Amino acid sequence: MADFMQFALSGVTVGAVYALIALGFTIIYNASDVVNFAQGEFVMLGGMGTVFAHQAGLPLPLAALLAIALTAMIGIIFNRLAIETARNAPVVSLIIITIGASIFIQGVVQIVFGKQIYRLPSFSGDTPIPLFGANILPQSLWVIAGAIIVFIALWLFFTRTMTGRAVLATSNNRLAAQLVGINTNFMMTLSFGVSAAIGALAGVLVSPITLTSYQVGVPLALKGFAAAMLGGMGNPKGALVGGILLGLLESFTAGYLSSHYKDAVAFIVILVLLSVKPQGLFGTKTVNRV
Amino acid sequence: MSNPFKTLALAGVATLALSASALAEIKLGATISETGPASFLGDPEAKTLKLLVEKINAAGGIKGEKIKLFLYDDGGDPNKARTFATRLVEEDGVVAIIGGTTTGTTMAVMPVAGENKIPFISLAGAIEIIDPVQPFVFKTPHTDKMACEKIFEDIKKRGLSKVGMLSGTDGFGASMRKQCLAVAPAWGMTIVADETYGPKDTDMTPQLTTIRGKEGVQAIVTPGFGQGPAIVTRNYNQLSMTIPLYQSHGVASNSFIQLAGAKESEGVRIPGTALLVADLLAADDPQKKVVTEYKALFEGATKTPVSTFGGYAHDAFAIFVDAAKRSKSFKAVDLRDAIEGTSKLVGTTGTVTMSAKDHIGLDLSSFRMLEIRNGGWTLVK
Repeated sequence: MADFMQFALSGVTVGAVYALIALGFTIIYNASDVVNFAQGEFVMLGGMGTVFAHQAGLPLPLAALLAIALTAMIGIIFNRLAIETARNAPVVSLIIITIGASIFIQGVVQIVFGKQIYRLPSFSGDTPIPLFGANILPQSLWVIAGAIIVFIALWLFFTRTMTGRAVLATSNNRLAAQLVGINTNFMMTLSFGVSAAIGALAGVLVSPITLTSYQVGVPLALKGFAAAMLGGMGNPKGALVGGILLGLLESFTAGYLSSHYKDAVAFIVILVLLSVKPQGLFGTKTVNRV
Repeated sequence: MSNPFKTLALAGVATLALSASALAEIKLGATISETGPASFLGDPEAKTLKLLVEKINAAGGIKGEKIKLFLYDDGGDPNKARTFATRLVEEDGVVAIIGGTTTGTTMAVMPVAGENKIPFISLAGAIEIIDPVQPFVFKTPHTDKMACEKIFEDIKKRGLSKVGMLSGTDGFGASMRKQCLAVAPAWGMTIVADETYGPKDTDMTPQLTTIRGKEGVQAIVTPGFGQGPAIVTRNYNQLSMTIPLYQSHGVASNSFIQLAGAKESEGVRIPGTALLVADLLAADDPQKKVVTEYKALFEGATKTPVSTFGGYAHDAFAIFVDAAKRSKSFKAVDLRDAIEGTSKLVGTTGTVTMSAKDHIGLDLSSFRMLEIRNGGWTLVK
């Protein structure tokens, strides 16, 4: 029973990391149908930025805020320079642009900050908290809380606010959105800024657990992307549930089956699920009216 | 007509003189993974080579010849490493190659070195590089097998024998896992658990929980490098585990203590080189002088702490310079013979004595068993 709890806690911890990253995908996807593969770099920038601001002498909360603000700026600049200029290109081209941006950001960070691996100090110490015979680190609770808060904020944003609906409208039909008076350029800028900020926040929260370096973004983004696909791309609920589910799948496979097959089993489950339900657990079918 | 032998000898001398003036410098090649996933190994290696070449040239070179270093960054990609090795041989005309930061890049360079008869000193860990021995391939780091043996020797000294393994699935971890499993019976070890983790995994508590649940497990051995071992150490503390934890030489550097945390890594044992504990070595230790000098040079120039990996490059270069001094000529084949004849050369990793059958030249005594205490290293007696 203690083992089961430990596997579950591990799954939830890792799952919350995936969920936080998956949530970052949703806004840009909702605004433009683009899967932003540079999302992992936003996570990395948040973590690395905080590490260096903290090393420079800023207190941790201030360093984190600065890193998040800077990353949001980078997200906005990225949209302005790379995405907006290619606005009329097909979605696939835009996705490839995000991959290019991801490689570019990694390269710059590698030159500016070096190739070392860094760790942020945990926010509330490293003393494990016993829970039903298993142990969890306080930092895991921060990550889980972060994922839930970001989820609620996003959910409220998309369903309760005019701006949120305007973002969705921009993605649905840019021309029609413009005709009803939505500033679609601003919606794109906003979505990149907020996505980058969420990514950076994820980076700040997870760095004490996952450690950070210039190349930490891609593997995290891939897992986050898998989680988002599992839950349903574009749906905050999907991102949260998909992330936790993926984390649990991995840890229970590692615990009860074999750690050798951990990733394989998780991805087989995703493949099977997607072949039955291509939109993911909570995804909505896209209907094109002719 | 004078004595034909005399003419021949004269001609020989003339050729020698000609080739000497044509080879106004000794061309040394290197393909190192300065960037990419193995950059934390390759970066100090490249810096070390540049520093040492500068230093020896400033002191007048070898037998009056300056060394010219051709250094390429293969980014950890075996294909690139092979291309660069070919370029080093065919275009740059080097007489020896140092490099192959990882086992993968080394394997790619080996055939190029063999076909062109250019001595190649690898900086990678795997035993396959020098076993079976290939005439032109040498290496400086300890093998995975020696690391396993050193760890098992220490476990045995503690009177323990039941070992749980938790290995990374990266090349380093996978190779060392294989070697550890192979030599365990010879040291009286029983492997009671054999778990793995991916190099980018962020939580290993399920694997540790499984190992903890195994009947009678007495020690944990965790081959791997990069961030994984640090996360394992943190998870080990999260689970309040107390059985001895052994990390591999792949993480024998101060950054491991920083990443894992001083409190978390307390009591962790790692087989490492003398370089890490330069200050702790006895004054009469044969390696004291070499490691202290290299440490001062590297830390003075780069303002970053020395690592074992830079030390591998230091030793490769020391072997090359020592061989060049003894060699009949600066031709590749003569250098090869001289490298094979390396004897009692003190490096940062150990004292190197090579032979036709041994192209690494180190024994277990060159590994030091280190224990982390209060965020620093101590020597296990």
